[in-house]
Amino acid sequence: MKDNRSNIIRFTFIVIGAIFIIKLFFIQVLDKSYQLAAENNVMRRLIEYPYRGIIYDRNNRLIVYNKPVYDLMVVPREVAIHDTVDFCRQLGISKDEFKEKISRAKSYSWYRPSIFLKQFSNEDFASMQDLLVDYSGFYIVPRTVRAYPYHGMANAFGYIGEISKYRLDRDTSRYYRQGDYIGISGLESNYEVSLRGKRGVRYSMVNVRGLEKGAFKNGRLDTLPQIGENLISTIDIELQEYGETLMEGKVGSVIAIEPSTGEILSFVSAPTYNPNLLTGRGYSEYFNVLSKDSLKPLYNRPLMAQYRPGSIFKIIQALVALQEGVITEGTRLRCNRAIIACHGSHSYENLQGAITNSCNPYFVQVSRKMINQGISEDTYEDTRIGLEKWRAHVASFGFGSPIGIDLPNEKGGMIPNVSYYDNAYQSKNWKFSNIQSISIGEGENLVVPLQMANLAAIVANRGFYIKPHLIKAIGEHDGPLPEYQVKHYTTVNSKFFDVAVEAMAEVVRSGTGQYRAKLSDIEVCGKTGTVQNKNTPDHSVFIAFAPKDNPKIALSVYVEHGGQGARAGAAIAGLMIERYLKGCTDRSHMEEYVLNGEFLY
Amino acid sequence: MKRADDIKASKLDWLTILIVVALALAGWLNIYAVVYDSQLDQNIFDLSLNSGKQLLWFGFSIMVVSLIMILDIRFFDSFSYAIYGLVVLLLISVLVFGTVVSGSKSWFELGFVRFQPAEFAKFATALAVAKFLSKPQIKLDNFKVWGILGFIVSIPATLIILQGDTGSALVFGAFILVFYREGLSPLLVLTGIIAVALFVLTLLFGQLYLIVGISAVALILIIIGKRTKKRISAILAIAGLTLGVVMSVGYVVNNVLQPHQQNRVKAFINPEADPLGYGYNVTQSKIAIGSGGLFGKGFLEGTQTKFDFVPEQSTDFIFCTIGEEHGWLGSLILISLFVILLLRIIFIAERQKSNFSRVYGYCVAGILFFHFTVNIGMTIGLFPVIGIPLPFFSYGGSSLLAFSILIFILLKMDAHRMQVLIH
Repeated sequence: MKDNRSNIIRFTFIVIGAIFIIKLFFIQVLDKSYQLAAENNVMRRLIEYPYRGIIYDRNNRLIVYNKPVYDLMVVPREVAIHDTVDFCRQLGISKDEFKEKISRAKSYSWYRPSIFLKQFSNEDFASMQDLLVDYSGFYIVPRTVRAYPYHGMANAFGYIGEISKYRLDRDTSRYYRQGDYIGISGLESNYEVSLRGKRGVRYSMVNVRGLEKGAFKNGRLDTLPQIGENLISTIDIELQEYGETLMEGKVGSVIAIEPSTGEILSFVSAPTYNPNLLTGRGYSEYFNVLSKDSLKPLYNRPLMAQYRPGSIFKIIQALVALQEGVITEGTRLRCNRAIIACHGSHSYENLQGAITNSCNPYFVQVSRKMINQGISEDTYEDTRIGLEKWRAHVASFGFGSPIGIDLPNEKGGMIPNVSYYDNAYQSKNWKFSNIQSISIGEGENLVVPLQMANLAAIVANRGFYIKPHLIKAIGEHDGPLPEYQVKHYTTVNSKFFDVAVEAMAEVVRSGTGQYRAKLSDIEVCGKTGTVQNKNTPDHSVFIAFAPKDNPKIALSVYVEHGGQGARAGAAIAGLMIERYLKGCTDRSHMEEYVLNGEFLY
Repeated sequence: MKRADDIKASKLDWLTILIVVALALAGWLNIYAVVYDSQLDQNIFDLSLNSGKQLLWFGFSIMVVSLIMILDIRFFDSFSYAIYGLVVLLLISVLVFGTVVSGSKSWFELGFVRFQPAEFAKFATALAVAKFLSKPQIKLDNFKVWGILGFIVSIPATLIILQGDTGSALVFGAFILVFYREGLSPLLVLTGIIAVALFVLTLLFGQLYLIVGISAVALILIIIGKRTKKRISAILAIAGLTLGVVMSVGYVVNNVLQPHQQNRVKAFINPEADPLGYGYNVTQSKIAIGSGGLFGKGFLEGTQTKFDFVPEQSTDFIFCTIGEEHGWLGSLILISLFVILLLRIIFIAERQKSNFSRVYGYCVAGILFFHFTVNIGMTIGLFPVIGIPLPFFSYGGSSLLAFSILIFILLKMDAHRMQVLIH
C-alpha cells in the first residue's frame, strides 16, 4: 500500500510538471497576443521633426529661417524648489500660474517630462540655465520657430501653427498627427509638402515608468527625418521692403512682376504686420490683436480685395475690339458726352488718344460695336452673342477667375456673363444700353490687384503672360513648378498690342502719369485708374511697366481712398520702377509726397 | 566482505547536488538578468547588485552545508525537538523584536544582514514531524495522533500568519503529503481537496448556482436510489456539509482575508477584469512569460522584467525571466529539473532504512513541491498570487540558506542510511 501511495505522489509531481509545460506551451508558443502586449509595454514611438525648409529671395538673401527657441520641461518627480517665490520671480510667472503648471504636469505624469514654459528665446536661455543650477527637475529642450530677418511680406509668407482638428479630420494623406505644426496660410501653406520635409520615427524602449532604456530592436524600425526643401523666392526683398515703406499709412497693395517670367518681385499688402510676431510665444495674443484691427492687416489684399477695374479696363476693350476687327488703330470717334460723362479737353480722338485721354464715350461706342456686331437680327440675341464673345476675350487676360498664383485664398473677381444679366434682369430682355458701364471698367466688373499687375505684364509682353508666382526653385529642382513655366497667350494677336503700349507710354510721357510716374532716363508705360466709391474718396490705381522695350518690371498699385490714379498710385509705381531698375531713387520729393500724403481714409 | 566504514559512509547523492547547484547557478544568472541594464557598466559579481549579494549567500550556504556534513548523523535525530523549539522561540521573538519589511513583521535585522526565521521553520517542523512519526507505535488513524501532528504544524504556521506572511504559512499545508504517505486516510485528503475545489468553484460561478446545483443533485440522488433512512440521511448530511462550505466562502473572502488577499483571489478568478489594478501582477507576469516564445529573447535580452513591468522580478516572479529570456524550451528544462529533483527526493526517501529519515525525506519533497507548484503556477495564472520563492532560484539569502539546510540534512541522512543497521 505504501508503495502505491509513493507512486501516486510521484505521479502527482509529474502531472503538475506536465500541466505547467502544456500551459506554458499555450501562452508562449501558440498565443501570439502576449508578444504583442509585451511590445506595447516597452515600445514608445518618438517622432523626430525635421527642420522646415528655409526661403531665400531672388538675390539669395535669406528671408525665412528657423530660429531656435527653448521649451522648459519639468519632471514632477525630480522637482526640488527651495524658494518658490524666487523661482516664480525669475521666470516671471505668478505663484498661481506656477501651481497650475505643476499640477498639470503631475496629472500627465510624475516621471515623464512635460512642458512647463513654452518657447523662450535665446536671450532668456542664459538666465534660464543659471536658474536650473539652483532648481532641479527642470530641463531645457530646444526646438525651432520661424523667423524673418526682413520684417515684410507677412501676408505672402503666411504662418505656421498647430494643425486644427478640422484639418486633421480631413487630412486624407494621414500624415499629420495632433499637435503637429502645419503651414496655415501663405507660402507656408502652399508649399507645405516641400517645406515640411519628412518626419522621422524612432522607436525606443521604456521601462514601466516611461523612462527611456535604449533603442527598440536596435533601431531597425527607425527612420531618419528628412529636412524640408529650401525654396528660392522670386521676391526682391529690398524692393519689397521699399514698397512696404511707401505703403505705410495707406491701405492697398503693390504687386510687381517680371513680365517675361511671371516672377513676382514685390507683393505688398498694406497695412501689414511684422511676421516675427506671429511666431513663438506671442502668437495667440498678437493674432488676436491683428484680427481685431479695423484695417485688417491679415487680409491679403493683392489676392482678395476686389475692386472695379476702372479706366485701366479700356486697354482691354481696345485690344478686344481690334482683334474683333470692329475698329482699327485709326478709328476716330467723337467724344459724345451725351452718351456718358468724360473729362479733359479732347473731342475726336483715335484709339491711342482715346486710351491716353481715357475717353469714356469712345469706349462705350467701341464696346457697342464689339458687342452688337449684327450677327443676329434680334438685338437681344445679338447682345448675348456679343457679350459671351467679349467675355471669352477678357477671360484670356486672366480675369473673371483666379489666375492661379502659388498662394491660397486667391479671389477671381468677376466678369459678368449672359446668365448673370438674365438673373439680374429676371428676363432675357436686356441689351447693350443696359450693360454699357462695363465698357469703361465700371458696372459689374470686379478684379483683384494681382490680375491688374498681370494685365500690365501682358501688355509688356505684347500678348501673353506666365502665371504670376512667388517661388522659382524648390530644393534641388531648378525652376518653378511646371504650371509656372507655361506661356498663356491672350486671344488678341500680339500685333495689336503696340497701340496699347504706345498709348500707355503716352500716358506717362504727356498724360495723367507725367507728373509722378515719369522717369528721366527710363521710358515708363502706365495707365491711371480711378475707382469711384459712392460716399468715400476714390481708390487710386495705377498699372505700369518699364522700360517700354524689353520690359523688366510690370506692376499694379492700389491705394484705397487715395484719390485719382495719377496721385498716390502713379507716384508709388514710378518710385518702385526706379528703385528696381536703378537700385536707388533720386526723387526724394516724390518719396516725401508718398510718405507724407494723407491717403488713409 | 565489506568493511564497516563502507557500510557506514555511503556516498552523497551527487545527482541531487548537481540539480541543486544547477538551479542555484541558473537562478543567479537570472537574478543578474533582472537587474541588468545595457546602458550601465555592470558586473555580475558587483556586490551592490542582487547577483553579487546572492553570491555571498552562496558562500555562506556552502559553509553551513559543510557544517551539516561534519555533524554527527545522530545530532538531527536527537535534537529535532530542540531545534523545533528554538525556531518557535525565534518566531515568537520576531513578533516582538522584528523589523517590518513590506507589511510583514518577519525579519531580524543584524547589522546589514537580514534574515527571516519563517524560512527556517520549514526544516525545523520537518524534523519534529519526522521525529514524532518515527516512533514505531504511532499510527495515523486516530484523532490523538492527528491532533498532535496538527499542533506541531500549526504552531509555526500560526506564528507566521501573525507576522503577516500568509504565503509562507500556507507552505505548512505541504505536510499533508507526508501524512498521506504515512497512512492518513485518502478520504481525508480527498475531503480537503474537494473543499478547496468547492471554494474555488464558488468563487468562479457564484454561491447561488452552487447551492441550487448541490440541492438538485441531492434531490435526484434521493429520488433515483433506494429510499432507505440511512441512505437519505447520509446524502442530506453530505449535501449539508458542502452547502456549508459553499456558504462560508463569501464570509471567508470578505472577513477572514485581508483586502490585498481578496484582490489576489479576484485576480486569480479573472485578471482581465482590472488589468491595471489587482490583475496587474498576473497580467504582466503572463505577458512577460508569453512573450518569450519557443526559444526566448536571449540572455539579458528580456524587456518586461528588466523594465519593471513585472513586480518582484527577482524574488517571487523570477520565473518570468526564464519564460521571457529562455522561452518555452528554457521553461521546459527548468520544470523538468524540478520534477527530476522531486522524484529523486522521493526515491531517496523510499530507500531510507529509518522511519525518521524517510518521513523527513517526504517533508523535504512536500515543501519543495509546494513552493514549486505555487510559485510557477501563480506566474502563469494557475494559482492565486502567493508570495513564496522558487527554491534555490529566487533572490534571497534566508530562503537559499534554509532550502540548502533542508535538502543537505536529507543528503547527510541518506549518506549514512546504512548506519542505522549498525547501531
